[in-house]
Amino acid sequence: MKPAPFAYHDPTTIGDAVALLAKYENARALAGGQSLVPMMNFRYATPDHLVDLNGVEALRGLAVGERLSIGAMTRQRDVEFSSEIADACPILVEALRHVGHRQTRNRGTIGGSLCHLDPAAETPAMMMLHDAVLTAESSSGSRTLPMNEFALGFMTSALEPGELLTHISFESWAKTHGWGFEEYARRHGDFAIASAGVLLTLDDRGAISRFAMVIGGLAPAPTRLSDLEAQAVGATPDEDFIKAVGHAASSVEAMDDAHVSGAYRQHLASVLSARALRRALDRARERSHHHD
Amino acid sequence: MTDTRKISVTVNGVRHDAEVESRLLLADFLRHTLDLTGTHVGCEHGVCGACTVMVDEHSARSCLMFAVQANGKSITTIEGLAQADGKLSILQEAFRNNHGLQCGFCTPGMLITLSEHLRDNPNPTEEDLREVLTGNLCRCTGYQAIVAAGLDAARKMRDSKAECA
Repeated sequence: MKPAPFAYHDPTTIGDAVALLAKYENARALAGGQSLVPMMNFRYATPDHLVDLNGVEALRGLAVGERLSIGAMTRQRDVEFSSEIADACPILVEALRHVGHRQTRNRGTIGGSLCHLDPAAETPAMMMLHDAVLTAESSSGSRTLPMNEFALGFMTSALEPGELLTHISFESWAKTHGWGFEEYARRHGDFAIASAGVLLTLDDRGAISRFAMVIGGLAPAPTRLSDLEAQAVGATPDEDFIKAVGHAASSVEAMDDAHVSGAYRQHLASVLSARALRRALDRARERSHHHD
Repeated sequence: MTDTRKISVTVNGVRHDAEVESRLLLADFLRHTLDLTGTHVGCEHGVCGACTVMVDEHSARSCLMFAVQANGKSITTIEGLAQADGKLSILQEAFRNNHGLQCGFCTPGMLITLSEHLRDNPNPTEEDLREVLTGNLCRCTGYQAIVAAGLDAARKMRDSKAECA
């Protein structure tokens, strides 16, 4: 229950951090440490070199404009308590409140959660929902990749050895957008058994003009419902529509594990997505009236 | 070869300089190097919350931080909550009055978590307290008395602030 020995490095710039990751074999980047350190304590992870990113100022910070930009080392608490994020992207704040506990959100980072990529984690689901673009740097340069290409599979990101996630950006939705996030976990703060997130806008007749939906916890990585999203545009959000959304959510291929069956996850996805959709519709209606 | 670092950490207002192995967890640094054994180590993988301490302004699991990461930081442990003359904090007193502990193993973490929460939320609801306490496991009390202590302390802290004003 104690970590194996490693050499500790504490760079202060992105350049130094990627140089260290390139130089050493079996080096790992340390972000908030809320997943990596438990793995090291159990000796599931035994890096020879630990590159601590907590001193790299350039990896931290938020910028809210037409696009939201979040530094990979921004702590979950800093996003959770940002009034600008609450205004531009309230679903992210709501989802973050389900991430671990107060003590882990105080240390845990947005980028760390994305790189860990637990299938049930809220942050990857939110980035998938927003079509986030991720920037990675290595000693040979930088590249950007969309979230759906970043999340390759079960706890597996597209980062190459020596590559570092530096920041994440995504488009803000219109001020009048509605949003809903629902999840079910056995205890508050546990990884969700299933989660659902919905973003939508309504036109002046009350029909859906834009729609995005994500299901977490079922598949190895969070899943967007692209076919459903395309069909939703122009639809009248009546009870039949809500039923169709629930049905689509329950048809996402789902994993069995020691705790719950895939079929149960699908059932939850159906119930949670209908709830999230209702919340999103209520909020969109309320917010469009407010702006009249 | 052992990888070591020289660190300087302020714990409960006292500066400590030490040379530590990189892999030494902050919890073990507090307990074994500084003999501050009030911080308890339960699960050592970030689940139980017994090792919760304040790092600068915010609570953190000291089993999920390395001592080298505390270099230059200010740590508050359970030993730092009472006044220098031993007078208990309002929250500690409330735990005593409400039977907020039985075996006491989880108590250091409970007190740190609630100290932070009451500092930031002087007027908490029962639901707020139950949510923030999800990060700390207690196997004795069923939480009822801990929540009652938190609410009692919040009330007393508000009253004492009102008196001072």
